[in-house]
Amino acid sequence: MTKGGLMKLKSAIIASVITSVGSITFADTLTIGLSSEPTAIDPHYHNLSPNLSFGQHIFDPLIKQNENQGLMPGLATSWQPVDENTWELKLREGVTFHDGSLFNADDVIASFERAPDVLNSPSSFATYTKGKEVIRIDDYTVQIKTEAPYPLVPNDISQVLIISDEYADATTSDFNDGSAAIGTGPFRFEEFIPGDRIEIAANADYWDGAPAWDAVTFRPISSGPSRVAALLAGDVDLINGVPTSDIEVLSEEEGISLWQGSSNRVIYLHLDQFRDSSPHISGIDGSEIPNPLLDQRVRLAISKAINRPAIVDRVMEGVAIPAGQLLPEGFFGVSGSLEVEEYDPEGAKALLAEARYPDGFSITIHGPNDRYINDAKIVEAIAQMLTRVGIQTQVETMPRSVYFKRASSGGADGLPEFSLMLVGWGAGSGEASSPLKSLIHTYDPEQGFGSSNRGRHSNAEIDGIIETALATVNDDARAALLIEATERAIGDLAIIPLHFQVNTWATREGLQYAPRTDEFTLATGVTAAE
Amino acid sequence: MLAFFIRRVGQSLFVIITMATLVFFGVNVVGDPVAMLVAPDADQAEIERVIRDFGLDKPIIQQFGLFLKGLTRGDFGNSFIFGEPAIELILDRLPATLELAIGALLLSIVIGLPLGLVAGLFPDHWGSKTIMALSIFGFSLPTFWVGILLIMTFSVSLGWLPSTGRGDTVSVLGLETSLFTLDGLTHLALPALNLALLKISLVIRLTRASVRETMQQDYIKFARAKGLSEFRIVRVHVLKLVLIPIVTVLGLEFGNLIAFSVVTESIFAWPGMGKLLIEAVLQLDRPIIVAYLMLIVVVFVTINLIVDLTYTALDPRVRLGGEKA
Repeated sequence: MTKGGLMKLKSAIIASVITSVGSITFADTLTIGLSSEPTAIDPHYHNLSPNLSFGQHIFDPLIKQNENQGLMPGLATSWQPVDENTWELKLREGVTFHDGSLFNADDVIASFERAPDVLNSPSSFATYTKGKEVIRIDDYTVQIKTEAPYPLVPNDISQVLIISDEYADATTSDFNDGSAAIGTGPFRFEEFIPGDRIEIAANADYWDGAPAWDAVTFRPISSGPSRVAALLAGDVDLINGVPTSDIEVLSEEEGISLWQGSSNRVIYLHLDQFRDSSPHISGIDGSEIPNPLLDQRVRLAISKAINRPAIVDRVMEGVAIPAGQLLPEGFFGVSGSLEVEEYDPEGAKALLAEARYPDGFSITIHGPNDRYINDAKIVEAIAQMLTRVGIQTQVETMPRSVYFKRASSGGADGLPEFSLMLVGWGAGSGEASSPLKSLIHTYDPEQGFGSSNRGRHSNAEIDGIIETALATVNDDARAALLIEATERAIGDLAIIPLHFQVNTWATREGLQYAPRTDEFTLATGVTAAE
Repeated sequence: MLAFFIRRVGQSLFVIITMATLVFFGVNVVGDPVAMLVAPDADQAEIERVIRDFGLDKPIIQQFGLFLKGLTRGDFGNSFIFGEPAIELILDRLPATLELAIGALLLSIVIGLPLGLVAGLFPDHWGSKTIMALSIFGFSLPTFWVGILLIMTFSVSLGWLPSTGRGDTVSVLGLETSLFTLDGLTHLALPALNLALLKISLVIRLTRASVRETMQQDYIKFARAKGLSEFRIVRVHVLKLVLIPIVTVLGLEFGNLIAFSVVTESIFAWPGMGKLLIEAVLQLDRPIIVAYLMLIVVVFVTINLIVDLTYTALDPRVRLGGEKA
């Protein structure tokens, strides 16, 4: 992508605001081709992106997230802390469920009780509900009490969808067959045939106005080329996850429009920073050497050796944004002063020499080959770039089903196995504490910190700042702390950020889609083009 | 005949039990399903809950014991991802895959047999040579590529047929099938053709070889000498003999069509078992993988058994050999 194109992309992201629904004059049914389908209609069964995305159609959360994951009123009209450990939420009055029953505080309590505790859940919503007690004040007021001051209450509860208390004991199959799939959302559930289709119909009584589409069909088409072909053939109106290799062709295709926006997902390298001798590193001659990645100059050399614009341009076909920190600009807690590391192979060589590796060393970089956009190709490109500055780099990629286990606990004593690895992180909460807490903070399973810190970088001062931020309810003070933690972590080269993924949707002509950083594909985001 | 039957059933059971053991241990040493399932920002308590709920904290031998115990009741455990019984999820998808397999099988016979006959009866005609040349493509072109090509041609460019998915279904004898609706058949056409391509070539080559061999036989010459019409010779005397190897091969190939429709189902977003399997493999949904493989083993063993029994009916030599043993 050219510099101009990149700027356009960036400004499009910043400028993307809630699009108002214009008057729709043509056919009012919509068919959406999805790259991956929800595993259940039950909104509390599986904490998984396709489920969260689909759930927004049938159900509402108390607090919604807009296209840029900013918080907006949902079933709660306002939320504010009344003291350090208590948040008070005013609920929307006069909202009815699809079965006609009235929404009130009892439904909120029932939903928060059910969400963390669904039978056989492969990944529960306890992550968002734990440590929070929901107390009914009156029919339209609830308070949420936390054990300690916790600023992310609104972000956490925006992930929990509200069901009617009548269905508090319903099973996942009751939701899948439709008998319990009763929400307050913009669409009513019609039919779910796993692997084939999900059908929903407009809820004319929706509190935020009836949706633009009378009926929407979601069709799972997991193969990328087939999804594109289905759009070209006119069988679907909108697809998500457009393969990067097809973007150029589609952009020239008549009758097809592309919609792009940055995601909350950073692709980065984790480096072994806890072993004196790292398993996949050796001297040029194959001899055992002390772990060079412990030396900050070596880490900086690696970062300087990577030509990020070239990766974005050639491997990602322009569909990514070079990264200098944990989240793209526009998100809460993002530093304004951090720059993308310049490509500087000479500087990298000088740093290696200074760190007493004038002849480099030998290392293996590991990566998945079916998890992130073009992941294996990125790893190969990095290996070549590192080899060019003298770090002899071998590549090993593998399916994610094998990769993540080895990356987290495949080494001796259940420690992370790899020395240098490519991973991605999507900030579900939409602000900087999410990557800081999971990737940068010292690994501490007891406290739930550093759960994905596979390089085991550890800095007590940064830990302290992160922990303080997570207990600071005041937004400005917290933003300052998050920025400080991010700047110090990047300065320390705790991780090496590469780029932010950009997501691409394609629609037939006449439609437009508001790109979302959380990668959700929502029928409510599809409008007629002006 | 009875001894033959009992012996073959015994062999089949042995194969099934051996495969159950191999499949279970084979699938359970690969990767870590929990790392695939749990959201990356979940804490240790959540990870441990999932491990416990799915029984992955138990020693592997104990897990195998539970698996065998479930097996005797026809229970393969719950899918990790969908939380429902694995075998039910697979059987729900079975009609779609069967439709595809039956469609492909019919196409391979309807297209392959006549073409093979022509190629066998008139081996030197240019038409026959063209048929044989084209059949090479059927063998050598990769299914996923042909699939995309079919979609690009018939759906995108010509707009005659839908690109992906399964059409409207109607309930026939309690099964939801798309074989009896026009919408269903138009959706079925491309994937069935894609899946059938290799089988069509196979049937052409098999038929041609058999026809050429049979036409040299003395009894054909005798029939000609007797003054029978060429049509009657082909229909009664040649076709009957030619059908024996084709029944055998297609019987086995039908198993293949059911078991390995994975690629075609993925490309055409066909909601069958193959698509379920490939997604289960990618996400390490072990109960589904195990249940699927076991189901396929049973299908293959059963088809083999039926083919063997059909054989004895068609060919007396097999029957007599069986009785002697």
